[in-house]
Amino acid sequence: MSKLAEQTISEISTLLNSREISSAELTQLSLDRIEKYDPKVGAYLHIDHDGAKKQAQESDTRRASNNSKGPLDGIPIALKDIFLTDDLPTTCASKILENFIAPYDATVVKKLKNAGAVILGKLNMDEFAMGSSNEHSAFKPVHNPWNLDCVAGGSSGGSAASVAAGLCYGALGTDTGGSIRQPSSFNGIVGLKPTYGRISRYGVIAFASSLDQVGPMTKSVRDAAILLNVLAGHDPCDSTSADVEVPDYTDRLDNKLGPIKIGIPKEYFIKELDSEIAAAVQEAIELYKNMGCEIVDISLPHTRYAIATYYLIATAEASSNLARYDGVRYGTRHDPNQGLIEMYNETRGKGFGLEVKRRIMLGTYALSAGYYDAYYAKAQCVRTLIRQDFQKAFEKVDIILTPTSPNVAFKFGEHQADPIQMYLADIFTVSCNLAGLPGISVPCGFNQEGLPMGLQLLGPVWAEDKVLQCANAFERETNYQQRRPHEL
Amino acid sequence: MSNEPKIDLDEVQRIATLARLKLAPREAKEIATNLGDILKYMGQLNEVDTRGINPTSHAIALPTKYRADVASTGMPTTKVLRGAPERIGDGFGVPKIVE
Repeated sequence: MSKLAEQTISEISTLLNSREISSAELTQLSLDRIEKYDPKVGAYLHIDHDGAKKQAQESDTRRASNNSKGPLDGIPIALKDIFLTDDLPTTCASKILENFIAPYDATVVKKLKNAGAVILGKLNMDEFAMGSSNEHSAFKPVHNPWNLDCVAGGSSGGSAASVAAGLCYGALGTDTGGSIRQPSSFNGIVGLKPTYGRISRYGVIAFASSLDQVGPMTKSVRDAAILLNVLAGHDPCDSTSADVEVPDYTDRLDNKLGPIKIGIPKEYFIKELDSEIAAAVQEAIELYKNMGCEIVDISLPHTRYAIATYYLIATAEASSNLARYDGVRYGTRHDPNQGLIEMYNETRGKGFGLEVKRRIMLGTYALSAGYYDAYYAKAQCVRTLIRQDFQKAFEKVDIILTPTSPNVAFKFGEHQADPIQMYLADIFTVSCNLAGLPGISVPCGFNQEGLPMGLQLLGPVWAEDKVLQCANAFERETNYQQRRPHEL
Repeated sequence: MSNEPKIDLDEVQRIATLARLKLAPREAKEIATNLGDILKYMGQLNEVDTRGINPTSHAIALPTKYRADVASTGMPTTKVLRGAPERIGDGFGVPKIVE
């Protein structure tokens, strides 16, 4: 990969500031790379050539008159196609929104634009963020740039693959049950899911409202901190965004870790965990030990119920959230001319893909009369127990360390026949969403086939600074994040 | 949940009607098989004693933050309507509801 395409946001930002390169050149480089390599990867759903070039020129003009807007000014960024943009289509990788152009920008999109970022386009994903492999996009699958026969993970697979392949310098994703962290681990990049409420979700298409969170996906931990600085904070348009203090996340990033306590939950080291990943995580634990951290064995006893709990709550909320796609106000309509109800049935039947329908059906069932208490209400109670597990653990430790995923990127079609197998891919990531915690995935090595493996660090609520600092210390001691896939 | 749920094609159709989803016959068949398996897997939650445990609806309880009661401009009608499958004047058009 060309040197320039390999660089991080913080490195590129230095080059822009010293005028060694212009945003216009950088943007053109990204667009050329997308044209050349994306047909093999399938990361982009919409590319905004003209808009990106215009934004780059404006950034160069600002910089020439010493009015730079900061470290993101002029940096080419791309967005998962779940974020509303009023100048580009937003499809959520679904046929039901095939030609939809939103009437406004999501708050996070506005924030990126205000920080001077150049928006290259919209990225592929599993339809309505439902999937762990990106095979559920209604338009095309995303291929893993480390091995094109493998999936990119999901649901933010386009975001992860585009960052890994050097088709943008950073991307936004969303994470409901691991959709930022799992594809990040599959693609050898850094992915941060912040605390529930840390980032505004105004203009982010909802999947499961008590779980969804926006986050950055980048080549380095520092880049994730730079993006979080821009994205975090209360938004009057989103009552679920928290009005809590937002520190400068880059401030203490390089500080020595100090004698922190890192918890290792035994429930995450199960027989289904790939042995090479287990070994890589063990090495990471040794590395933290050598850095002076205290390693503490802990237990999160309700972990084994997390997948069942998550898939009941997430699908119940999804069945309600997706009721809005009815062919009335926006999106595609299919009308067999048999009245309103048949128009709804036909529009939704033709507009949604099979996985989305499966989840709407499961959620509808779990919420329906006679089953509500047995399924949905029960799952909400188990969710309390899962939260309490973490609360108790964080009384003893500062950070919890686990693998991000039980396996590396798998081959296309491997899990498609059995939805439960696909759901189990999220086994290490869903608990974090159920408890609302911040979590990050950082590269922790490569298996014998050269596929990336990921390490997950979880922190207490609002402790993104600690999580980032801990991840950064690991990154500093290793060089996994410097390895990039071969040019495709 | 104690009795294993039986998901046959009639039950799938009942849920699909609630969800306003028209399923193709092969989809209905596949979903019938999957839903049965998935609900069986969910049945493991029965092992957990949740007596006296309050449900969690949101992981983090946030106080409602009120904004100042100041009038502001809404979204322009043209933008709101630009994605409408059918427009009738300044409104959304829908198929006939009452005969």
